[in-house]
Amino acid sequence: MTTALPQTDLSGAELLLKALVDQGVDVVFGYPGGAVLPIYDALFQQNSIRHILVRQEGGAVHAAEGYARSTGKVGVVLVTSGPGATNAVTGLTDALMDSVPIVCLTGQVPTHLIGNDAFQEADTTGITRPCTKHNYLVKDVNQLARTVHEAFYVARSGRPGPVVIDLPKDILIGKGRYTPAANVSHKSYNPRTTAEPNKIAEVVDLLAKAKRPLFYCGGGVINSGPRASELLTQLVRTTGYPCTLTLMGLGAFPASDPLFLGMLGMHGTYEANWAMHDCDLMVAVGARFDDRVTGRLTAFSPGSKKVHIDIDPSSINKNVRVDLPVVGDVAAVLEDILALWKKKNLKPDGKALAAWWEQIDKWRARDCLRYKKTNDIIKPQYAIQRLYELTKDRETYITTEVGQHQMWAAQFYKFEKPNRWMTSGGLGTMGYGLPAAMGVQIAHPDALVIDIAGEASILMNIQELSTIAQYRLPVKAFILNNEYMGMVRQWQELLHGGRYSESYSAALPDFVKLAESFHCAGLRASKVSELDDVIAEMLRVDGPVVADIVVDQKENCFPMIPSGAAHNEMLLGPEDKASKPTSEEGMVLV
Amino acid sequence: MTATLIERHTIAVLVDNEPGILARVVGLFSGRGYNIESLTVAETDAQQHLSRITIVTTGTPMVIEQIKAQLDRLVPVHKVSDLTLVGPHVERELALVKVAGTGEKRVESLRIADIFRANAIDSTNASFVFEITGSTEKINAFIKLMEPLGLVEVSRTGVVAIARGDRGL
Repeated sequence: MTTALPQTDLSGAELLLKALVDQGVDVVFGYPGGAVLPIYDALFQQNSIRHILVRQEGGAVHAAEGYARSTGKVGVVLVTSGPGATNAVTGLTDALMDSVPIVCLTGQVPTHLIGNDAFQEADTTGITRPCTKHNYLVKDVNQLARTVHEAFYVARSGRPGPVVIDLPKDILIGKGRYTPAANVSHKSYNPRTTAEPNKIAEVVDLLAKAKRPLFYCGGGVINSGPRASELLTQLVRTTGYPCTLTLMGLGAFPASDPLFLGMLGMHGTYEANWAMHDCDLMVAVGARFDDRVTGRLTAFSPGSKKVHIDIDPSSINKNVRVDLPVVGDVAAVLEDILALWKKKNLKPDGKALAAWWEQIDKWRARDCLRYKKTNDIIKPQYAIQRLYELTKDRETYITTEVGQHQMWAAQFYKFEKPNRWMTSGGLGTMGYGLPAAMGVQIAHPDALVIDIAGEASILMNIQELSTIAQYRLPVKAFILNNEYMGMVRQWQELLHGGRYSESYSAALPDFVKLAESFHCAGLRASKVSELDDVIAEMLRVDGPVVADIVVDQKENCFPMIPSGAAHNEMLLGPEDKASKPTSEEGMVLV
Repeated sequence: MTATLIERHTIAVLVDNEPGILARVVGLFSGRGYNIESLTVAETDAQQHLSRITIVTTGTPMVIEQIKAQLDRLVPVHKVSDLTLVGPHVERELALVKVAGTGEKRVESLRIADIFRANAIDSTNASFVFEITGSTEKINAFIKLMEPLGLVEVSRTGVVAIARGDRGL
């Protein structure tokens, strides 16, 4: 006779791992410590989940972000209590700003010691409350599995984000019952994914009537899944309307398509920003009207009707009041729009559209990304152009740090597919790129993963080279080394009278020797004539490489909308800069 | 941004009564720079562990809309209702008001309390504690009248509110 025996009790740590496996987790990025030792002991005794040992907890979160953004899956982090958790805070905030699904497991002192200022105790749920989508403190081992399932649901549903589960050590040791994932449903968090049909009809109507339309699309398209990018591409091509992407949205629409105007915003293209300013219909898709995109709000796209498609109602009407808010998942909404457009057999206003493209082509003719070509010293833009040309035919994933190199990468590296571009957009976290590249490489072992870096940023998480070496990850760090915190120096030059206060990268390491000491190959290019060979060698080496590309120290990132200026007040290059002094209102902006 | 009319709204929020929920709500307001004029909270459904938070806040229409959207985005929040927008509703506040004095002032404080239908719930030879319920304005008026009569201290609940009619939240 077979009767279903009551499930045998498992320890909290075992319940946790079982729940992770049920959630499809195959890798966690972590660092051990006293409070999480029971989890590490359980990890040791199983083979389903791979643990990647980082060198600092901040690196674990960025690695999980890279993993998540390149796969669309939830990234998982495991850190200990106290400093383990506080080190994770920057990464959690980064994931919150950029809507990256992360579940971060933090150890905690045993429940009876909570509040006693115990060794390595921190109020983790208190500290992480404003920098997570949601967080939990598990106080009953029988609730542990359920909490894990709920956390994964919250992290990936709606607008994705990081979720922390704080796990006191006694809970990890105590025995309890398992709750399968299927038995867990959420009582209050059920975000809307499809839009009302009448809203879809209104959007289609506006699209058909538009004379100077523009699609302005962001990271929400990528978060919605690859299908959303396909649908967006179909819709843009069906209508023949121009499309611009935010920094977070790059790859959501193929960069090689003539309908693509390039990135918009502070360092976006001239044509994209002017089109934003002059359009009569703006369709924002999964974008949030960030201050880096809008420029001066009072002068933002004054003559346009604005449609905003977003899964997060709080993103709508936050910075810019829109005429038609559409709450829903990008893929679902675009599918409905496209279906209705085809069903009604609509055609754009051909004459108006031709005139609009004629205008756009005039803006394009300004060739806003041009820079002075040189024969000896390497221009950073040129370095990225060559990197692109020599890697574009491979399965390539790009991460970046934060600063000038990041903007040049966004301008000059062309992305054809979503999930290939990982950058810290919202928080602007220097030190993001190297660990993120590590996470991407773990998820895509055979792909080419390059961290386009600056010499200042990469030093913020340089210790992760050790992780990269340990797991033989063939990550390539491509450092544009100008010996300056370049974007800081650029702002000091443009706004602070050229007083380069503390922005020089003094006492830099020799990156070639540094690479070698971390068991990586180190390469250097200082002249244009050496660049292609160094890139070729970097690609040839079957292992991690640090390529130190010595570039022009004084190059600035253009075009640029100065702070407090409008889209149509864009500076094209250094010769433009003195035309208007930055207003006091602009000076206070970040 | 352009100067827009500042509005006062009373918002009811139904939440899971779990640790940290009040910190989430209050942290949202402080973190995003929203105003809280008053905030009250208590469990209203013991079986389902639901609490009802009543928040009185001020802001431009765009900020009020943001506040509601941000509240609704908190995971343990079941429902957000802007009572100021949904229609007629009633608002009440309760205050305990301590007044110390003797002689004519003491008698006068009792007379005024009678007019305001406040009850004396504690009494010594030289003091009263009055309990008063009513609109915020009524309580403000009562406290103002008590000031010259020996007002010592005030404890107020903040506004609780409910929509008129037969429909629930």
